[in-house]
Parts: sequence; structure tokens; C-alpha cells
Amino acid sequence: MAGVGHKSHGKRHDKSHDMGLHAEQLTGRTQQRFFSAAEEENFTYPWAYDVDFDKTAEFDAEEMDSSAINLKIRELMQSGHGTITVKNPRAKHGVGVGILNRLNLKFEGSLGYFGCGLVDGPNIHISGRVGWSCAENMMAGKVVIDKNAGSTFGAAIRGGDLVCRGDVGSRTGIDQKGGTIIVGGRTGAFSGFMMQRGRMIICGDASKSLGDSMYDGTIYVGGQVEDLGVDCVPGEMNDTELKWLKTKLGMYGIEPACGIENLKKFVSGKQLWNYDNLEPAEKKLVL
Amino acid sequence: MMSNDVDKFIESDGLDTGREKDIGQHIGYRYDVNLVPDMERCPAFLKKYMEIMGWDDLNWLEDVHMGYEENRPAVFDRNINGWVQVPQEMKLPDNQQDRDMIARQLLVKFQMAKSHPLVELMNAYKKF
Repeated sequence: MAGVGHKSHGKRHDKSHDMGLHAEQLTGRTQQRFFSAAEEENFTYPWAYDVDFDKTAEFDAEEMDSSAINLKIRELMQSGHGTITVKNPRAKHGVGVGILNRLNLKFEGSLGYFGCGLVDGPNIHISGRVGWSCAENMMAGKVVIDKNAGSTFGAAIRGGDLVCRGDVGSRTGIDQKGGTIIVGGRTGAFSGFMMQRGRMIICGDASKSLGDSMYDGTIYVGGQVEDLGVDCVPGEMNDTELKWLKTKLGMYGIEPACGIENLKKFVSGKQLWNYDNLEPAEKKLVL
Repeated sequence: MMSNDVDKFIESDGLDTGREKDIGQHIGYRYDVNLVPDMERCPAFLKKYMEIMGWDDLNWLEDVHMGYEENRPAVFDRNINGWVQVPQEMKLPDNQQDRDMIARQLLVKFQMAKSHPLVELMNAYKKF
């Protein structure tokens, strides 16, 4: 476990610790758990429902509230349904969230705020539009939206593919920590803000401050970039990336008007990296 | 930019800049997080996993790489927020792409195992 320094070395140290300025030991965090490569082969989480993609179900959500819709999806998974269609979601908020299972889920209509958040594994298709923060904190799986999406699309996404065939609002992929965000159209201001890793592919134009304060990760843009944010700099494409881009965009039938070969790449200039224990130590001196 | 030496963090402290030497630890990731997978090197185990999940590519595993902790090869498990060291007897290939594929296989096996710490946590704290 991380060894967080909290030794009694006098009042000055205690004061700095109380203020959260202690020096955190960043090495030695290994979980001493060794696993066997010969472990029994499981491909789903031990708590996951055993579902069959060929076993289908559908229900009308017109008169249901968000909790009822989510519970209904869970019940259907419990009974082994691997393909579920939800009709008339009517842009309700917080629908299709917290699914930690393999599943094909289709929404015939639009979703409101925080749709499909915190999912880990399902393949979700939304035939309409989505509101703010679609698929926030997504861990794994695929979420595909046929029309437009609101702001903070894919906020803090950690893994999986998040695809919007239309335009999206501002702060797309804010705090992105992994995964791939694909936008078929344009994206708003501050896309990739504080991005830490992962990949973002914008086929159309990007508004102002693209990649502002990004720490790592990659942004590809097909159209015009209004301007770059702090520490976002142009990068150079390599052959492996080009091959990966062709495969990834091909999976969703999306191609930028400029052609995949002409996508512009942007990365972090890495001038903002400050994850070390020197700064707190320096601060302690002035307390 | 990462060094091309794949054993850099196993055989040395990996400290390059003056600032890193000052503080005694490496700044930033100790592998190239932006390295995308070469699917021609994808092993059968991962192909089977993709098929079961209904994916055409590695999906979330694209962000999994072989990293290093305390001069030992290890893979980061986001579900426990910690590094899991690679079995000592395992021989590592000489390139990062193949090492990443091994890391992905091991992580899937570990996360899906009944002995994974998250199983105990789920049993203790899950609400529904």
C-alpha cells in the first residue's frame, strides 16, 4: 500500500499534514497479490449474469420512470436476456446506467442527462440524441449514438468506445482517462480538457481551446481547429496508428471528409506534469 | 519520449531528467500510454474474450500496457487501483507490443477470477 508520510517531526510537519501538504510516497504501491497464469479461464466477472445474446426482449418505457427502466433491464439480464430493446425512452435522465455485464442494449429514441454512465461491458445503441454527460465514467463496452450529443460527452471515460455520429457540445472527453471517443461531426470548446490518456477522434471541426491542460492521450481532428488549449501541441502520426484508425473508424462505418490519412494529430506538450513530492516539500518550508 | 529499451525500468531506476534525479522518482507514466495495439499480435485467448463480449477489437484493453513497479514487470488493475506483478517465472518477449498482449491476458484472468479482491468488496458492500 502507499506509504503516506505522517510521522511526528514537530509542529511544522503536523501542520502541513493537516493541510494536506504531506509528501505522498509514490513508489511501493504494489498490491502484493500474485496471480497464476494457469488460472481457470473466465471471460466475465464472477458476479455477472449469464446472458445469451440470442435471447431477446423488448419493453415500452413510455410510462416508466428512470429507476423502473433500470430495474427492468436488470431483471431481464437476471433471466438470461442478452439483447434488450427499450422503446420510447422519452429523453429520461440516468437511464441505462451501472450495467456491469455483457449485453446488447438498444434504445429506440433519445436519452436525457447521464445516460449509460458507469457501464462496464455492454454494447449500447441509441437511435436518437443524448443529453449531457453521456457515458460518463464508462469502463468498457461500446456506446453508439446515431444523432447529436450534449456537453461533457464521455466525461472521465476510462475505457471502451463512445461514438456519436452527429455533433457534440463542449468539453467532450473532459478528464478522459482512457478509451476512445469518436465524433462523426463537430465538437465544442474545450474538448479534451484535462485529458489524461485515451484517444479522441473528431472527424469535423473542433472549437476553441482543444486539449486544454491535457496531460497525455491523443486527439485526432479531421476538420478545422479554432485554436489549441494550453499544453496541446501537434504530434506526428505513425503507421501503427494509421492502421488502428482505419480499423476503428471502419468498425463504425465512419470516415472523415478529409480522409483518414489526413487527420491531424495533437498530443500533450507535457509542460504541466507536476506529479512529484517536491512541491509539497517546498510548500512546507514556507509554513 | 520513451526510450526504446523495453527493459529500461527493470534494469535501472529510469530517471532521466535532472528534476527526476532530484526527487528520486520518475515523472509521468513509465510506458507509452499512447501506443495503440498491433492486432496481428493478438493471442487466441484475447480473440475469444472479444468474441464473448461482442467486440471487434480489444476495447478497454487497448489502454492496458505492461508497466513496471519496483523494477518488476507488472500490470495496473484499475479495479483495485494497484499494480499486480507478473509471475516471476514468466519470460518476457523483447518488444512492448507483445508484452502488452501478455499484460492484457493476465489482467483479464485476474479480474475475472473468483479470488479477485473486488469480489469480496462486492459481497461486503453492494447495496442491491
